[in-house]
Amino acid sequence: MSDQTPALRLEGIVKTFPGVRALDGVSLSVMPGEVHALMGENGAGKSTLMKVLGGIYQPQEGRIIVEEVPTVMTSPLQAKSKGIVFIHQELSLAEELTVAENIYLGELPRRSFGRVDWEKLYTQTDAILAKLKVGFNAKTIVGDLSIANQQMVEIARALTVDAKAVIFDEPTASLTDAEKVVLFDVISDLQRQGVGIIYISHRMEEIFKITDRISVLRDGSYRGTLETRNTTEEEVTQLMIGRALDLSRNESNHELGDVALEVRGLSCGHMFKDVSFDVRRGEVLGFYGLVGAGRTEIVETLFGLREPSGGKILLDGEEVRISSPADAISKGISLVPEDRKGQGLVLGMNCRDNMTLPQVGELSSGPFVAPGAETAIFDKYKEKLDIRTPGWKQTVGNLSGGNQQKIVIAKWLSMHPKVLIVDEPTRGIDVGSKSEIHNLIRDLAAQGYAVIVVSSEMPEVLHVSDRIVAMFSGRVMRTFTSEEVTEESLIQAISGITATEKVA
Amino acid sequence: MEAGNLSKFLKNGAIWGFIVIELIFFSVAGEFMSLSDKAFMDVDNMLLLLKQSAPIGIIAMGMTIIMVNGNIDLSVGAIFALSAVILLDSLTWTVFAGLGDWVIPVSWALALLTGVGLGAINGFIVWKTGVDAFIVTLGSMLGFRGLVFMYNGETPTSSLNWTLVDFAEAQFLGLHTATWFLAIVTLVMWYLMTRTVHGRNAYAIGDNRDAAVNAGIKVGPHMLINFMIIGFLAALSAVVFYSESGSVNPNDGQLYELWVITAVVLGGTKLTGGAGSIVSTLGGVLAIQLLRKGLGHIGADTSTVNLVIGLILIAVLFLDRQLNTKGKEELKL
Repeated sequence: MSDQTPALRLEGIVKTFPGVRALDGVSLSVMPGEVHALMGENGAGKSTLMKVLGGIYQPQEGRIIVEEVPTVMTSPLQAKSKGIVFIHQELSLAEELTVAENIYLGELPRRSFGRVDWEKLYTQTDAILAKLKVGFNAKTIVGDLSIANQQMVEIARALTVDAKAVIFDEPTASLTDAEKVVLFDVISDLQRQGVGIIYISHRMEEIFKITDRISVLRDGSYRGTLETRNTTEEEVTQLMIGRALDLSRNESNHELGDVALEVRGLSCGHMFKDVSFDVRRGEVLGFYGLVGAGRTEIVETLFGLREPSGGKILLDGEEVRISSPADAISKGISLVPEDRKGQGLVLGMNCRDNMTLPQVGELSSGPFVAPGAETAIFDKYKEKLDIRTPGWKQTVGNLSGGNQQKIVIAKWLSMHPKVLIVDEPTRGIDVGSKSEIHNLIRDLAAQGYAVIVVSSEMPEVLHVSDRIVAMFSGRVMRTFTSEEVTEESLIQAISGITATEKVA
Repeated sequence: MEAGNLSKFLKNGAIWGFIVIELIFFSVAGEFMSLSDKAFMDVDNMLLLLKQSAPIGIIAMGMTIIMVNGNIDLSVGAIFALSAVILLDSLTWTVFAGLGDWVIPVSWALALLTGVGLGAINGFIVWKTGVDAFIVTLGSMLGFRGLVFMYNGETPTSSLNWTLVDFAEAQFLGLHTATWFLAIVTLVMWYLMTRTVHGRNAYAIGDNRDAAVNAGIKVGPHMLINFMIIGFLAALSAVVFYSESGSVNPNDGQLYELWVITAVVLGGTKLTGGAGSIVSTLGGVLAIQLLRKGLGHIGADTSTVNLVIGLILIAVLFLDRQLNTKGKEELKL
């Protein structure tokens, strides 16, 4: 391989944001016809690196070299014209249009007077589709296709240019096993045509099946490249997590109380199946798994946003049905949602009104709001949670992420819930505030709250949880106590590896 | 912070500044162009202006809470007309013949109930079907108007009750009855939106519906109540107006929805919901009425008035956008 010129080379890429060194001299090279895996934990810098490659971010240092030509990327479109194509996890297709129109969106073949050259469009598209060996044609409406076939449309779009390197970002996240086989066939076809492929995924099984080399990022820096044939899952895992964790393990020493919430065999369609766990007062139960493992769906079910298709929920030993968020709140279950700005806060409202939103009715005298009582609650929790804001009148949208999250947490604390669920507690929050939020969660447990934390960041789960539920594709793989859990065993559990071992 | 306050002041105060400019312009221009000798800012003229603002103004107060809540109601003109028909027709129903003048409160109540009922139909459909309020009320606008025509065909419904006319034309402390109604509705709605749980939740739902649901707010019932409120106010507007005029044409109230929405938007309420105020809506209502009256005063005809109002609406919203984006940039620093 070394005698060839790389299809794409990244050299010493440095990208910093205020206070964060997101990429610290990352280098990577992809040979023509090679499938090169890029691995790393969430936050390791994979997506930042891809944004640099796509011209969305400009690096402070380093070079991007396409077939030995140093290139400055300014936009994904410009990157495409240089032969660098991205297949994103989230599809961006116009569902009402045909396959052909989607593939040539923005660059439809023209005839005179701006008329579309439909004939040329369809023949060109069918030629590309033939290469992909798909079961639909140029005139199919994209909305009628399965997710897997829609992804094929995205890939077809990539093939309209002379692609030198194609980047797949978690392409199998929403595919069934049969659909994956088709995707892998397409990838190996591309490979034969001499296209270099960067394959980003968390799934070890796939990585070992289709890639030639594996490069690992950790904390924004390059940690090495391994030949897939000559390495093992353990070695890769080691490389991904082998840092001295800056977060200590959770060592709680307070007494646990009774079981506050018990879940038995809970299912919800194909989102998750037969999920059982319990959480005690004074305990933090962590949920860890990949995107799509069903963690968020479980907490949404507990909060009455989804109807379970089977199983029981017991609060303080009594079986309950939770029909809506209002019902969940009245029963003492609170949710700090994953998407703070989209689901947790009314951004145009002030801090106090946001904090008291679920209980304005209870605080009120008759139909009239009670501003005094509300301000009292705000003052109390501002002090208690150390929320930094000039005053209650400040619009929530103007606060920092950490302070916004504290407002959401205070919103529920002030109502003294039985169970507090926190979904992705520190998403989009800067490093300093992260540890504050972590300490806050530990404190709440120490005060006797039953807390459930859902997170896709392993250090975070390890740091705050007393026990950890590991999930893989809608099922609980294993529940670890904080003494027995190791990073390796946790990663294996969420990659579905324990499952295969158990079956065998 | 100061920049934020400044832009906030400009935003909230803009409509009143615009009103002042209108007053000055029409007073000065009136001196040269008006056909009448009376000054534009003549007391009687201003009192009349307030009275004439009432029919649109009363409905606009309801539209404010509907729009803050993230909905819209296009059927208010039809509700206005149907309530008016019920009001005037029921005055002459034989069942009420023995009541004498006591038929007036009964007819009022019937008309107001009609409005609340029609509003409830809108609200219920929006709540239970989840269909966008724009579509639902577009349909009910046509449907309710159909009912008006089914009631009496093309002929106007008339009934002149002199006690009623006396009441409607009365002046208390200088203000006309209609003006008093507008003032009271404005005050009550202002109180509702700023001081009650229902008002607070309306803002929350309009700003971020998901967050409101997650806070346990029952979105559907709040929307239903708001549609009932605007139905009631559309009927109240009809009661105030037709008590005096005594005759309703089946086409009456057409385009009211657009005048009302124009006034509310001019007052700064966001079409997407979550922001808006009753006081600013009052400003929007007065600004439009001033413009109509002022342009009439300097001799412009109706078509010119409509053209000018349309242009001003777009210009004001454009300015508002400029002010808002500027404010946001400054806050980022």
